[in-house]
Amino acid sequence: MAAQQVHMQVWRGDGSGGEFRDYRVEAGEGMVVLDVIHAIQAQHANDLAVRWNCKAGKCGSCSAEINGKPRLMCMTRMNTFQPGETITVSPIKTFPLIRDLVTDVSYNYEKARQVPAFKPKPKEADGTRRMFQEDIDRVQEFHKCIECFLCQNVCHVIRDHEENKKNFAGPRLFVRLAALEMHPLDTNDRIDLIKQKAGIGFCNITKCCTEVCPEHIHITDNAIIPLKERVVDRYFDPIARLMGLFSEKKK
Amino acid sequence: MAEEKYETHDYDVVIIGAGGAGLRAAVEASAQGARTALVCKSLLGKAHTVMAEGGIAAAMGNVYPEDNWKVHFRDTMRGGKLLNNWRMAQIHAQEAPDRVLELEEWGALFDRTHDGLILQRDFGGHRYARLAHVGDRTGLEMIRTLQQHAVHKGIDVYMECNLQRLLTDGGRITGAFGYWRETGKFIVFKCKAVVLATGGGGKAWKVTSNSWEYTGDGVTMAMDVGADLMDMEFMQFHPTGMVWPPSVRGILVTEGVRGDGGTLKNTKNERFMFNYIPEFFRAETAETEKEADAWYDDKKNNRRTPDLLPRDEVARAINSEVKAGRGTPHGGVFLDIASRRPTEYIQRRLPSMYHQFKELADVDITKEPMEVGPTCHYSMGGVRVDADSTATTVPGLFAAGEVAAGLHGANRLGGNSLSDLLVFGRRAGLYAAEYSKTVKGAVDVDAGQIDLYARELLSPFESKGKENPYSVHTDLQDCMQNLVGIIRTESELKKALDVIGQLKERAQNLKVEGNRQYNPGWHLALDLHSLLSFAEAATVAAIERKESRGGHTRDDYPNTDPKFAKINIVMRRKNGDLTASQEPLPEMPDELKLLLEEKK
Repeated sequence: MAAQQVHMQVWRGDGSGGEFRDYRVEAGEGMVVLDVIHAIQAQHANDLAVRWNCKAGKCGSCSAEINGKPRLMCMTRMNTFQPGETITVSPIKTFPLIRDLVTDVSYNYEKARQVPAFKPKPKEADGTRRMFQEDIDRVQEFHKCIECFLCQNVCHVIRDHEENKKNFAGPRLFVRLAALEMHPLDTNDRIDLIKQKAGIGFCNITKCCTEVCPEHIHITDNAIIPLKERVVDRYFDPIARLMGLFSEKKK
Repeated sequence: MAEEKYETHDYDVVIIGAGGAGLRAAVEASAQGARTALVCKSLLGKAHTVMAEGGIAAAMGNVYPEDNWKVHFRDTMRGGKLLNNWRMAQIHAQEAPDRVLELEEWGALFDRTHDGLILQRDFGGHRYARLAHVGDRTGLEMIRTLQQHAVHKGIDVYMECNLQRLLTDGGRITGAFGYWRETGKFIVFKCKAVVLATGGGGKAWKVTSNSWEYTGDGVTMAMDVGADLMDMEFMQFHPTGMVWPPSVRGILVTEGVRGDGGTLKNTKNERFMFNYIPEFFRAETAETEKEADAWYDDKKNNRRTPDLLPRDEVARAINSEVKAGRGTPHGGVFLDIASRRPTEYIQRRLPSMYHQFKELADVDITKEPMEVGPTCHYSMGGVRVDADSTATTVPGLFAAGEVAAGLHGANRLGGNSLSDLLVFGRRAGLYAAEYSKTVKGAVDVDAGQIDLYARELLSPFESKGKENPYSVHTDLQDCMQNLVGIIRTESELKKALDVIGQLKERAQNLKVEGNRQYNPGWHLALDLHSLLSFAEAATVAAIERKESRGGHTRDDYPNTDPKFAKINIVMRRKNGDLTASQEPLPEMPDELKLLLEEKK
């Protein structure tokens, strides 16, 4: 494929307003959307604001909406578009805009601070920690999360309802909570938080988060639904509630 | 005075950089009771550590009970061509296992052995399978664990805050100055101690695995307040970066591919590494393919495959193969695991490599070989530190991780970086906190100094020049790639110094568009100061070392020289001028020398 010109419309603006602006640059072989953004920066708009770090899908910094679809810019190849197609790049919508493609994602960090910490049980008698691979496989899936917040971005509970942010932690945090709850060594109890403050009941399992996860984590099936079941067991299962009177253990 | 003009914070210890070293330092300083701030250029959890793939080297002996700190010490020293600071190498090898186990106490989930312990994988230059890992995303596990632990400890984190200058009073650290990326507004930290955990400067090269953050800030800030630098000539070119397509050139391909059975081949389908076994490693390296392949399962009766020679050796070999015309059309060589391991094994052990090649290069690594070539990866050199305390030569200034020099000598072994971050990050936090307790009374910052720095940082907006910061950066990358690359020679190095001089002139005439709010053009304009300083230091040091050793290969001095085996190149800035001097290595105790002499 020879170098060809690409036409990109990039959102420029800040909290007070903005617009799509047209840019045309040469696209070389193998380029991803982030390469084009960098070319625009270098050639046409030195001050075009964008976050990026690893450029290999490992850090989760360069989330944006490309032709309306939430994606990592570094993992979106230009050859997935039609030749001559105009490509739009806009900031992720759920979080307040700072400038151009950069948004204020502090919501996610605030919610993370509210998660009760990992609290391991005592070590084995021989002083080691023994865990078997098959027991940690499911938690390792959650640990793959690169915190790109695309799942948060598409979650309609907060995407279209700013007022819900107060009472809802979002898919990323459910993945984190599931990782802790299913960690073979952990002894902390987060079921109340999951129900109340994290508001898992708001989620009605539309799986939008799972669809956009660049790490292909089964967010809904493996994290959210099991957490919902734990909440149901604690709050709505009469036998479990009775047992709960005698034991404060979570598992 | 300063307080009225700029947002000002007061701490005991300020840590600059929130990768593995910075996070571990913050956790420790805070645990010691120091009022601690952690300041980072990106969002928390996005630092370079997140990209680390292969694992954390620590002689835990879970897979090979014969392993212990002495073997790890020996491997590290030999990998560094004996130029390492012996005391750092000793501390590192002794403390790494505890640091890994500590991560497990904080929630990390490493891959497991059959009896439920932390699994360890083979890597270049390590005699035994030694790297604690999680598939090929170990850095992500490490940074997330540290990040969450630090957050739960209530440490104050300043994200997307770029500190650009250190403040001093009478040669002693009193704070740091920089700007918020979001608003462009200035921020002043008054503090008793600063820990530099800023990483390296690999973004001065063109083909690099490093991100925009690797602009040599820590090295430059330290140099600008009079700290010694050391070993700046040693730059690691990782042998396996992606080479095709051009847009991904330089992106890292983990050494774990070779650790897990992958092998390098040229276009004649030869496993060429057998032709590049240096005398130094001959006794411990397999001579036949049969022995090399048997080594993966039986380390007692076989020697290590030459595919896993230290990185400097492998990078040079690939370079030679390509030059000899046995490289791929895209200028790399083949890395083949597809024909050697089952699909399921590759996908389980190397999921992110599988994903990366599939998505970015349309290559299925379970079916076809990868194309790879050297990429600028890691700076062995940096700020000179005390081995035990990580103290630099400036009172109140500490440094840990890639920004510090000494542990890795002339060449770093894979896996020794993540362990370095943990071991010396902890020590930096500990000793910075201890030092801060010895500083009596409140520190004061010099308002005049701050005003001067504020003017410097704003100057690109006021300049009448027309230089585009991106163009200056690109020209610097071309210069370092072409003239200060894997193979160096005096005339080219001197030419590089001339070019860097010209680029410095051009950097005085930058034009920045827009305003101070989240403006990458302005940020790059400011970063050019440190990129150029880092590049200059690396080049001057490279001229000074007239031999070939580790990550420094001279075409005009192709052999190691016993005279240079005993010295470090130390650099400092005096009255604006950068000077280089040769200083003797610290004398190693006899009992450690014996460890080095031990046969395989």
